[in-house]
Amino acid sequence: MKSLRRYLDKIKPHFEKGGKFEKLHSTFDAFETFMFVPDKVTSKGAHIRDSIDMKRTMAIVVFALLPTVIFGMWNVGFHHFKATGQEGTMFELFWLGFLRVFPIIIVSYLVGLGIEFAFAQYRGHEVNEGFLVSGMLIPLVLPVDVPLWMVALATAFAVVIGKEVFGGTGMNILNPALTARAFLFFAYPSYMSGNEVWTHGMMSGEGIIDSYTGATPLADAAAGNISNLPSVSDMFLGIIPGSIGETSTLAILIGAAILLFTGIGSARIMISTVVGGLVMGLIFNLFAVNPFMEIPAWEHLLLGGFAFGAVFMATDPVSAAQTAKGKIIYGFLIGFFAILIRVINPAYPEGMMLAILLMNVFAPLIDHYVIEGNIKKRLKRAKV
Amino acid sequence: MSKVIKIKKGLNISMLGTAEKVIKKANRAQFYAIKPTDFKGIRPKLLVKVGDRVKAGTPVFFDKFQPEVQFTAPVSGEITEITRGERRVILEIVIKADLEIEYENFEIDELENLSRDEVVEILQKSGLWASIRQRPYSTIADPNDDPKAIFISAFDTAPLAPDMDYIVQDSKSDFQKGIDVLSKLTNSSIHLNINADYPAAETYSKAKGVAINKFTGPHPTGNVGVQINKIDPINKGDIVWYIYPQEIITIGRLFEKRIYDATKIIAVSGSEVKNPIYYKIINGTSIKNLIENNVTEGELRYISGNVLTGTKISKSGFVSFYDSQITIIPEGKHHEFFGWAKPGFKKYTASRALLSWLLPDRKYCLDTNFNGGNRAYVITGEYEKVFPMNIFPVQLIKAILVEDIDKMEQLGIYEVDEEDFALCEYVCTSKTEVQSIIRKGLDLMRKEMS
Repeated sequence: MKSLRRYLDKIKPHFEKGGKFEKLHSTFDAFETFMFVPDKVTSKGAHIRDSIDMKRTMAIVVFALLPTVIFGMWNVGFHHFKATGQEGTMFELFWLGFLRVFPIIIVSYLVGLGIEFAFAQYRGHEVNEGFLVSGMLIPLVLPVDVPLWMVALATAFAVVIGKEVFGGTGMNILNPALTARAFLFFAYPSYMSGNEVWTHGMMSGEGIIDSYTGATPLADAAAGNISNLPSVSDMFLGIIPGSIGETSTLAILIGAAILLFTGIGSARIMISTVVGGLVMGLIFNLFAVNPFMEIPAWEHLLLGGFAFGAVFMATDPVSAAQTAKGKIIYGFLIGFFAILIRVINPAYPEGMMLAILLMNVFAPLIDHYVIEGNIKKRLKRAKV
Repeated sequence: MSKVIKIKKGLNISMLGTAEKVIKKANRAQFYAIKPTDFKGIRPKLLVKVGDRVKAGTPVFFDKFQPEVQFTAPVSGEITEITRGERRVILEIVIKADLEIEYENFEIDELENLSRDEVVEILQKSGLWASIRQRPYSTIADPNDDPKAIFISAFDTAPLAPDMDYIVQDSKSDFQKGIDVLSKLTNSSIHLNINADYPAAETYSKAKGVAINKFTGPHPTGNVGVQINKIDPINKGDIVWYIYPQEIITIGRLFEKRIYDATKIIAVSGSEVKNPIYYKIINGTSIKNLIENNVTEGELRYISGNVLTGTKISKSGFVSFYDSQITIIPEGKHHEFFGWAKPGFKKYTASRALLSWLLPDRKYCLDTNFNGGNRAYVITGEYEKVFPMNIFPVQLIKAILVEDIDKMEQLGIYEVDEEDFALCEYVCTSKTEVQSIIRKGLDLMRKEMS
């Protein structure tokens, strides 16, 4: 460690202003601070600072995502083996999924971080850690057979148009990972929806047995094939087709527990999203005219990307509402609209992505009214 | 007794090195200083030059904007140095102290015979008017104002803060005298805010002519700004005055003994102090004597005040005018290998992102390391947990950054001070320098309103 530190100190001048690798300053800085917490000390204001920093925060979110990643890899293998009628050990299932999913993660990180590094250098900033999370979220919301070039394109779109044009991490209006997904969803719908995309190998169609449809439970429900729905326990555990990381409510709940316990995810948003979804589900139950509307409200929470969106997407602090009251309204409306879009709109089988993006856009407005309330209270006090 | 005001939001940072309750008379220091930088918003005009002799109570400089307000020497002796900083700003006026202090004699009639104007004049001449400050802006009060209230925070909740009840316990009569002087200045109520968690010192509980309010809660409950916010919040146009207990005692002594006796008690605290106790000093003393053979080896940070709001001083630096504490902690110039990824049993955080929350009663040795890099705001709801006023802190900060005067006013800038945001700055994941932003906003507002 000491020798590594000495080496870094030795080469550091080359990356400073006037050095021969000046253009790689941000890159060097990112790697240096990744390995060593900097020796910077306080110079004004408070003399001590909390031990938490952005790296730690983002690392915890990535850690919270790991259960869904690991389960997602296994699930990819499981469905491929099921679709081709083969048997495999648990490790074989996982390994197949790993080989499929890992390249997507690598591409997402390489493209995203590459752009982030370039922009950080251009702006003279330190590289922001926000993409460590986005880079993991993007693969998790994609179908497994998405071509890698699409992953690269979507990631580039999300980082540049979704984030950097607004000023980078912290300034973006839309959730970057969902921006990537929405981009692919509208640009290449045949790769993002339908029954064939969720199971590895189905698009090419080789060796798939006839009885396997590959339909997600949500698609079955939307088509009115309620009898095709898997058991509640399968849906909860996530042994269903779907995007890589979204299927297992259990794995998502483990992640939620980590986020809530460390206080990094907003409990207000998670809970109000679930409540919003339940309320809309109950309204549909009351006025049900078709089998999809009859699905018990709580079952909606297990379907599609609802749980994943509520825990990992809606809670993105940058694109969510920022005030305490605002967060409750924001979360509630996400849940509410997600189920509304899901059940009513025939074009999009999943409403979570659009509901979150819609509320991302409205979050500043919600905050505006919450803050206006505070301002009015202060004015009223002054007059009395 | 009035009801207890409970404050839930906030944070007590538990650090090593609380001062033990022993008061020792400090040896007379060789040098004392008065620092114009302790007083916000003034422009000092010197009245002395190097080589001049002064007595305790001799004016040393005055404020260009309020020429009647004088600042006086705490000890008698010879002016040896006038330190200047960037753009020739006066930083310190250093006095080499006599062995025996000579005092200026102030002619002061019995308090009941004095008018408000006479009291104001005495305070201004003696250099003690500076003890009375106002909100908004935390500047020295303007005697032409009639404040809507005077607030005294009788306790301090900051990390390693001195026990103010302990400090004032032997100064009951001087404290009362000081209160009597204050009540000459205004007919509005004088709020004495005490800590409800333990029985208050008699100096406080038996004080006459004050409204006693009880508070309980974590830091920043002891901040006078928080107390004003809970009892009688400041609206546009309002002026509130505030003063600390030890300054009240000094004022009381002035009217009792007719001299400026700048004696006060400070806590010498912090993890690097070998023997943290209280010392009886004369205000403005060099800390050299106090730390001699009393601190650990290594590079240290000397702070006049507490770790959140104090001023960095050198190891022969001087105690600031309003401070009742010096804190000495290690400097944090070290690289930590994969520091962000370690479990963090030994590091303190207000969040639960490190595993040290498993050991709730532990006290920590905190250093001055930044613990991260400066970032844009990402995390939300973080400041709100440690900011007990009904104000949106982040939105106010953003209004200041874009210099939107109207928004700043609407979001409550008149009610806040830098110190109220010190905890926000401490907990900030993005390592934003919140206190200097707030100061910038206050200065901007003050300029705009004058």
